[in-house]
Amino acid sequence: MRILAIESSGLTASAAVMEEDLLKAEFTVSNKLTHSETLLPMVREMLKISGIAPETLDAVAVSAGPGSFTGLRIGAATAKGLALALNRPVISVSALQAMSYGLSILSDAVICPVMDARRGQVYCAAYRCGASVIAEDARDIHEYLESLAALEDAAETEFIFIGDGVPVHAETISSELDRDVIFAGGQFNRQRAAGVAELGTVLYRNWLVRHGLTAAEVSAAGADGIDCYDGAVMNSDSFVPQYLRQTQAEREMKAGLLEDPGLHSLKKMQDKGSGRKIKE
Amino acid sequence: MMNENRNLTILGIESSCDETAAAVVRNGREVLSNVISSQIDIHTVYGGVVPEIASRMHCEQINGVIRLALKQAGLDFGGIDIIAVTKGPGLVGALLVGVSEAKALAYALHKPLVGVNHIEGHIAANYITHPDLEPPYVCLVVSGGHTHLAVVRGYRDFELVGATQDDAAGETFDKVARAVGLGYPGGPKVDKAAAGGNPHAVEFPRGEVRDRPYDFTFSGLKSAVLNYINLANMKGETLNVADITASFQKSVVESLVSRTVRCAEHYGIKTVAAAGGVSANSALRRELAEACAGKGMRCLYPEPVYCTDNAAMIASAGYYAYLDGVRDDEFLNADPNLKLGYR
Repeated sequence: MRILAIESSGLTASAAVMEEDLLKAEFTVSNKLTHSETLLPMVREMLKISGIAPETLDAVAVSAGPGSFTGLRIGAATAKGLALALNRPVISVSALQAMSYGLSILSDAVICPVMDARRGQVYCAAYRCGASVIAEDARDIHEYLESLAALEDAAETEFIFIGDGVPVHAETISSELDRDVIFAGGQFNRQRAAGVAELGTVLYRNWLVRHGLTAAEVSAAGADGIDCYDGAVMNSDSFVPQYLRQTQAEREMKAGLLEDPGLHSLKKMQDKGSGRKIKE
Repeated sequence: MMNENRNLTILGIESSCDETAAAVVRNGREVLSNVISSQIDIHTVYGGVVPEIASRMHCEQINGVIRLALKQAGLDFGGIDIIAVTKGPGLVGALLVGVSEAKALAYALHKPLVGVNHIEGHIAANYITHPDLEPPYVCLVVSGGHTHLAVVRGYRDFELVGATQDDAAGETFDKVARAVGLGYPGGPKVDKAAAGGNPHAVEFPRGEVRDRPYDFTFSGLKSAVLNYINLANMKGETLNVADITASFQKSVVESLVSRTVRCAEHYGIKTVAAAGGVSANSALRRELAEACAGKGMRCLYPEPVYCTDNAAMIASAGYYAYLDGVRDDEFLNADPNLKLGYR
């Protein structure tokens, strides 16, 4: 079973290949947000150096988010295009759970991934022994810390924080949790495709077992020849990123802040600039 | 340049604004399928295109649209020779969906990839509707985002002789439509409302750009229309939407037609074409045809379905780019500000 994984939800662009339980290859660059140019060349070079033909992949795992909207879509469209061309399923993997997965199965500490969502918010969740104890959400950092403190056994629990929200909120975390917390560094601290590949492999294997299939059978039938998709495993058409946040225009419309477009809004239109696009 | 012996089948992908589109076109002219998934109903609620919503919807729709285009063409990926995709200009987040998808397809299928200039795509729409059309000709490209006057000397040789100094023609239609309460999208709604109006009811200005005989300006016209409406509202008068839109439309159409014909005359070119969403406007089609007839020029437009954004035109332009040696690779990126004649 060979899974290609793609992760582009944040500053890091990353691609990996997992074969059964072996990480065959990973290519990770945390440089600039130029994923649109670099992500596919990274996939190509990684597969080439590893001697893996794209046709021999069994599925494409992709980080579904949360994260940078544009980054998520570059990863999504890349994964969707690869899976459509290769006729392979897509495995939708949470960015937060993927970055926590390796740590959360090692100990009974609560793994707390926090990604900076700006405006004082974080994309967050919490995992213990591989299972979710706080569901993924976009929340105020203070609210998130309160819900951590309210967890059962919180007093005896170790909290390990990871993610790009840590440098932004480290002081708040230390002071508000009022206890020793661990800020994991280095390889654990950012989204990486290796985590997406590892969790994606587990999700895919579970799905195969549930439906009495093998990876080889699915690859032989092609993604279009399978009709028992559920959970994280789907045909490429159905995959969409999980943004965890509505667009600004939708939020404003809901809050009644957007003017009725049918009304005459002369002042706004007389302002210089395009009236055709609403700034996001 | 043309290789008569070889059939080339191109999959075109377009996602630059609010239509997710895929099409299969043979040899740049023969459309085997043309699938367009429009998001217009959603954006209408917001009174204009919301870039983040457009990008999200492209991501949802794109695989289904490509699949349908192949199915309607009666082909699978094995029958496709080249993949062409809009690389710009357009909304960057929207463009990136199509570009990322097309790159992944081309890589995994081992097919050549061609990044296409969206404006060149609009121009190429005329090759689909008019199988005998060949350069040279003068092309007026008018849409919600573009107003360009170009001398098309060859399939890949464009001289940009004029452009708008401010708003695009289609943008002006959208704004006036909003101001008179017609809503979005303005082009077709103004066209329809103006049909019953008197184009001489209000004398709106025709914008001129000093020393730039082929450039356009619509901001003065837009202000004049908005001021007229404002004044009428203040006086408590009921707006005659038909007359206002007809008079406004006449001003836009006259600006477009006069420069286009003058340009063709100046360059001694006997064929004039229009392209882009605004070229579906009935008054523009009528007036340009009349003006050309008066000068003994041939006047062409794409069928309406190829005026607005579509992927068949991208496949067509991609075909001529491919014949001209254009090849892109996995590093292809979206360019939201791409100019006509550049890549």
